[in-house]
Amino acid sequence: MSAISIDGLRVVRGGNVVLPGLSLDVPEGSITGLLGPSGCGKTTLMRAIVGVQIVAGGTVTVLGLPAGAAALRARVGYVTQAPSVYGDLTIAENLRYFAHVVGVSHERIGEVVETVGLGGREGQIVGSLSGGQRSRVSLATALLSRPEVLVLDEPTVGLDPVLREELWQTFGALATDGVTLLVSSHVMDEARECDTLALMRDGAMLDVTSPAELRTRTGEDDLGRAFLAVIREADRS
Amino acid sequence: MSARVTFATAARVLWQIRRDPRTVALLLVVPAGLLVLMKFVFDAQPHTFQAIGAPLCGLFPFIIMFLITSIAMLRERTTGTLERLMTLPLAKADLLAGYGIAFGLLAALQAAVVCGVGFAFLGLDAPHGALAVAALAILNAVLGMALGLLASAFAQTEFQAVQFMPAVILPQLLLCGLFVARDEMAQLLYDVSWLMPLTYAYDALHRVTVPAPLNGRVAVDVVVVVGVTIASLGLAAATLRRRTA
Repeated sequence: MSAISIDGLRVVRGGNVVLPGLSLDVPEGSITGLLGPSGCGKTTLMRAIVGVQIVAGGTVTVLGLPAGAAALRARVGYVTQAPSVYGDLTIAENLRYFAHVVGVSHERIGEVVETVGLGGREGQIVGSLSGGQRSRVSLATALLSRPEVLVLDEPTVGLDPVLREELWQTFGALATDGVTLLVSSHVMDEARECDTLALMRDGAMLDVTSPAELRTRTGEDDLGRAFLAVIREADRS
Repeated sequence: MSARVTFATAARVLWQIRRDPRTVALLLVVPAGLLVLMKFVFDAQPHTFQAIGAPLCGLFPFIIMFLITSIAMLRERTTGTLERLMTLPLAKADLLAGYGIAFGLLAALQAAVVCGVGFAFLGLDAPHGALAVAALAILNAVLGMALGLLASAFAQTEFQAVQFMPAVILPQLLLCGLFVARDEMAQLLYDVSWLMPLTYAYDALHRVTVPAPLNGRVAVDVVVVVGVTIASLGLAAATLRRRTA
């Protein structure tokens, strides 16, 4: 079953065709890595999936409903690249507000704070946190409503290796619980953590594969090199 | 629309402002301070001080709430929190009403301080009661807030938002009759002044600060102010887009 189905998605921004006609299926209850160089259209694709992007054509279906449908608002979580939380409020105050908005109990706040590893820091002003901590507050906010689909735009940028590892363990645990995750990254070594890899370039899907399959097919053990091999292959044909 | 989300939004906005005590202090002290300044500027002309100072008590909150709201909403747009809210189960009306309640409460505080200082200590007269001036002040503040929410949609930066104050508010202040009676202005300006909401806001304040008995015109003024507020909120809601380019 696909949690997200995209067919012929076309997006034009400021006169530039960002996505000329992209199709992709994201399997349910697994981690799909959206990988590609910066500027290739990853964020635009994610915005279309959560329904905040004006699209010029094609269809985007999430959990059987058109992307952006009102019924999806509590079921799809979106974490933007820049943490979108209130810098002048504490972690707890931010989460309390968003808990009211999505309509979940206050107990849930403690749970999500633990999930992102910020337990004990609830009273800290978000603006005084480090960049990595701030993006984890943003992630915690998205987790509040227990979304079935989580769309994460470069969630590990600027994190140290230990935190990055922890975060990927969290993503793995969420997927085990049945959550569908779409995680973008331009760091290829994160690809090994994903079940499915969607390799993107210039607004198009180059390949949708798995880490093992990608290694076997290209004969490259390093996923970064394997991605380059796929690009060269695409350039030749 | 949900009362839970509306009140949570109002509480959140107030909480953010509380985190900025200097802003709160400026909000409460500056209008009263300016009024004291005017008192001594018009030291030799107590009638002018009464004619300008008394209605001004009800106009300060309008000016300041316009400025503060347009910047607060612009911040919400530029930091990405507005986009996040638009992906969540929150009605646009919840957000606007939340802002309205929060800034309405702030305006009430501000009006209480400036009216208290003006009418109790600086010798201003309110023949129809200082409470009437304060009530109109709150109404005007909510009008300023609604216009500010709308203006923020047309500002990309805080530099632009700040300049909407002289661009949108100052002309209305000049034409509303506060400084020069409207029928003494050039005919064109007199005609244009009928189209400006502040003209009605000022007219109501003028009527409750002069001894003449009140008539139906005050009610008309209030209806116009409330009507423009609702229309601006409606237009502001239309500028909050769930989908953007």
